[in-house]
Amino acid sequence: MKKVIMGNHAVSYGVRASEAQVISAYPITPQTHIVELLSEMCGNGEINAKFIKVESEHSAMAACIGASAAGTRAFTATSSQGLLLMHEMLHWAVGARLPIVLANVNRAVGPPWSIWTDQNDSLSQRDVGWFQIYCESNQETQDTVPQAFKIAEQLQMPVMLVLDAFFLSHTYEIVDIIEKEQVRKFLPPYNPEIKIDTKDPHSFGNLAGPDMYMELRYMIQEAMEKGLDVIKKVDDEFREVFGRGYGLIEPYRCDDAEIILVTSGTVASTTRAVIDAMRGEGVAIGALKIRVFRPFPFEEIFAVLSKAKKVAVIDRNISFGCHGIFFQEIKSALYGRTDIPVLGYIAGLGGRDVTPGVIREIAENAISNKNPERYINWIGVKR
Amino acid sequence: MIEIRTHGRGGQGSVIASEILADAFFHEGKFVQAFPAFGVERRGAPVMAFTRVSDSEVRERCQIYEPDHLIVLDPVLIETVNITEGLKEGGWIIINTNKPVENSNLTSRFHVAIVDANRIALDHGLGSRSAPIVNTSIVGAFAGATKLVGIEAVKKAIDGFVPLKKEHNIQAAVDAYNGVQIVS
Repeated sequence: MKKVIMGNHAVSYGVRASEAQVISAYPITPQTHIVELLSEMCGNGEINAKFIKVESEHSAMAACIGASAAGTRAFTATSSQGLLLMHEMLHWAVGARLPIVLANVNRAVGPPWSIWTDQNDSLSQRDVGWFQIYCESNQETQDTVPQAFKIAEQLQMPVMLVLDAFFLSHTYEIVDIIEKEQVRKFLPPYNPEIKIDTKDPHSFGNLAGPDMYMELRYMIQEAMEKGLDVIKKVDDEFREVFGRGYGLIEPYRCDDAEIILVTSGTVASTTRAVIDAMRGEGVAIGALKIRVFRPFPFEEIFAVLSKAKKVAVIDRNISFGCHGIFFQEIKSALYGRTDIPVLGYIAGLGGRDVTPGVIREIAENAISNKNPERYINWIGVKR
Repeated sequence: MIEIRTHGRGGQGSVIASEILADAFFHEGKFVQAFPAFGVERRGAPVMAFTRVSDSEVRERCQIYEPDHLIVLDPVLIETVNITEGLKEGGWIIINTNKPVENSNLTSRFHVAIVDANRIALDHGLGSRSAPIVNTSIVGAFAGATKLVGIEAVKKAIDGFVPLKKEHNIQAAVDAYNGVQIVS
């Protein structure tokens, strides 16, 4: 059924339809609506899950780790400082190979305090080993939840789905709400081979010496690499049941594009409107949305970008002392195989609005400026 | 695409008004989007919310800087905030006020309509004398003045969105729909 709902509630409906069994969370703006609605659903029986209230995000992830190790489908949601407080446990979930799903609402990190969006919270968790999927609409956000559980459970790896604060989390738009009866056709019940069982006790999380640790790390990387195909397959299976799919990346009018803007999250959506406007003026421009950031789809990205003459990456994040984080990854996807110039643009930090005007400014700078900075062009910053 | 910006104060229901309005257009088959400009939210502080309505999917995910129409929940904001900034010539301004609007700056360039939403809200027991909740009345007034969306769709949206006093809220919207006065 189609309804006008907020992005945060789209996550809650996705979790309800996925029949999560344990939900543990600590409230934080702008995420709180997600777990508020889930707690209501647990209370009124719409979802048959145990809601575990905790005193911190570190504990929320610890509770999910215990629940997942016991063989249940576990979910949590957080944002910004909350995700950072989970950091140690995020590593644990990966090392223990637990298919937990986490929704992170992208909120800038303090100080200074900010409740507005940017991607530095989730991207600072880049190397922990969680899958990361960036969403751009409420529909995609809802649909990504059951996809995330399926990917996670097939690979025994945790998955984070990411949505922009306010521009998605608090935005009301039309969502075709999925129900558990339909999702059952797509997502089988979670029943892992190995789980904590009081009748058959085993040690979990034991010591691994130098003779074993490296092999376990190799297996995590192997799961990540397999992940690209698994995500594509899961997306196809989702499309069969629901008629919607999202892919690893989404090229828009890239086939004959001389310049391609690379974006993610809600900026990808606004960028398409700009691409259409500029195409109308005769500019050969296209856009590439990166949906899946970990594992990084190097080959798919190369196939699209290698046909262009110039690439401009818009980053709503920064790795201090280096560059925009998507920019780094895009450069490494092209390295040694092409000499297409890649230009980096930093915009929209701390929730500063990325309007069609801002995106056009970036496009025009990349096209006509003879000497744009290769690595960092700050857009709209007051100096 | 129609872009509507709502100006109000924290506690008046501006954000919900933008959402009810979007939902009403959805019931008439439009693509919609509504969201607040999130600031430091305190009761009484100036707030803004945005509604986009379109025949195709709404792709712009940013604030509205050049609205087609405005909704103003507190007339004092007209004097304190540059509410008409970016407003397109000939657009509607729907104002909650019990006084006539004589500001020719507004009436010569825009269509202005007024409604005493505070009184209508209180008549239906919505909010308190010091803080009436005017969101449902103002949406009714918007529909009545602009005729961009029908009152049946507004009623349906209120029924779906408002958790309490549904009937009172629907009646308030109908009263405002019928009672809105077109100034220019």
